[in-house]
Amino acid sequence: MSKYYVNKFLFSVERDPQLLRRYTENPDACVSTWEQSIGPRLLNNEVEFSTVHGLTDEERRALVDHDFVALFEMGAHFFLNLTIFIGIYDEPYAAKQGPLAFQRLFAEKLQHWRGSDYPSVET
Amino acid sequence: MAKLVATLASTHHPFYLKATTAASEDQIPQAAEWKRKIEAYRETLTRAEPDILVMIGSDHFHQIFLDNYPQFLIGKAPAYDATFYNEEREFGLPRYRLSGDEDLPRFLHQSLLDQNFDFAFSNELKIDHSIVCPIITLRPQNDLPIVPIYTNIFAPPLPAPRRFFDLGRAIRRAIEAYPSDKKIAAIGTGHLSLELGGPRQFMETGPDPAFDRQAIEWLRTGDADAILGSVTHASLDRSGNATHGFLNFILMLGVAGPEEADYADHLDLFHTMEAYFTWYPEGFAQ
Repeated sequence: MSKYYVNKFLFSVERDPQLLRRYTENPDACVSTWEQSIGPRLLNNEVEFSTVHGLTDEERRALVDHDFVALFEMGAHFFLNLTIFIGIYDEPYAAKQGPLAFQRLFAEKLQHWRGSDYPSVET
Repeated sequence: MAKLVATLASTHHPFYLKATTAASEDQIPQAAEWKRKIEAYRETLTRAEPDILVMIGSDHFHQIFLDNYPQFLIGKAPAYDATFYNEEREFGLPRYRLSGDEDLPRFLHQSLLDQNFDFAFSNELKIDHSIVCPIITLRPQNDLPIVPIYTNIFAPPLPAPRRFFDLGRAIRRAIEAYPSDKKIAAIGTGHLSLELGGPRQFMETGPDPAFDRQAIEWLRTGDADAILGSVTHASLDRSGNATHGFLNFILMLGVAGPEEADYADHLDLFHTMEAYFTWYPEGFAQ
């Protein structure tokens, strides 16, 4: 398991409008491309690569499925896990069901964690 | 020596600008009251007539990430671009360019090192909404140089609450030792109870209204002993997974000293409690 690498995916996709569009429209292809050519890049360095991290099958599936509940349960950072899916779902949900509809659905799907210690986001 | 003319600690709600500038039929019911409270709070900074703003905030994974995460960082740059693409997208925040000051952060950095705070630094820092929001609320004309200080309230393990308070004390000493006739205001932002990306997010109130009421009372009365006797990383977690932003309030109480606030206000919004505090140094004619 690599919480760091899951977070690196969420971080690098959420901050980039083109990558975010690809992740919205074709998550499977976006995750594959990211694993091959983006994830291994050392951040802030166009030349150097890192050989250290990789996604597990479960992490890859959660990312491909936009499965924010599974990502929360793996200890993905709460801020990244929220903001990337707000970037994808806030507008379509708000257009149909009103402001904050997606954010409330997100909370609803995590109700089974209320009153418990959440999975740690420490990496 | 430089004078610390005001210390301000507040929440930073990234939707303030959008909420108060939307067409009136789209505004939330509290928008007018929110704007009134912000404008009254702004006056507490204006009347201190500062020359430079030392601004304490926390990067939300915009420039800083887990490959290289500092606990405390000071900006040392002639200017700062501000607002990232994803903050424009999510919050509707405009882009800014803030002027910097290179002399004061050099002095503060050395002083903080000498006081056993081994700060990281950045000569090229893009500022996020933790500092842009208080510019919008407190100094919308954006006419003063800033010195940004970032704290880690976000990527555990975090420094202890007492360390935040002690850092506030050290920042106060450093400002007051700065050989200059400049008037300096310190402004820091954070959160009361807050949940993001968890089951208690975006409820009618913040996730822990009892904590919010207690925190406001602690800050209003300057009761640092009660805060440091009660607040732990675990207690903050229980109040909401992003409640660690309260650590920046503890830091600001360190800057002010454990004194009663000269100005305290709050606003119960739909999913957070907003809070606004100002302390003036002794002898400041209000």
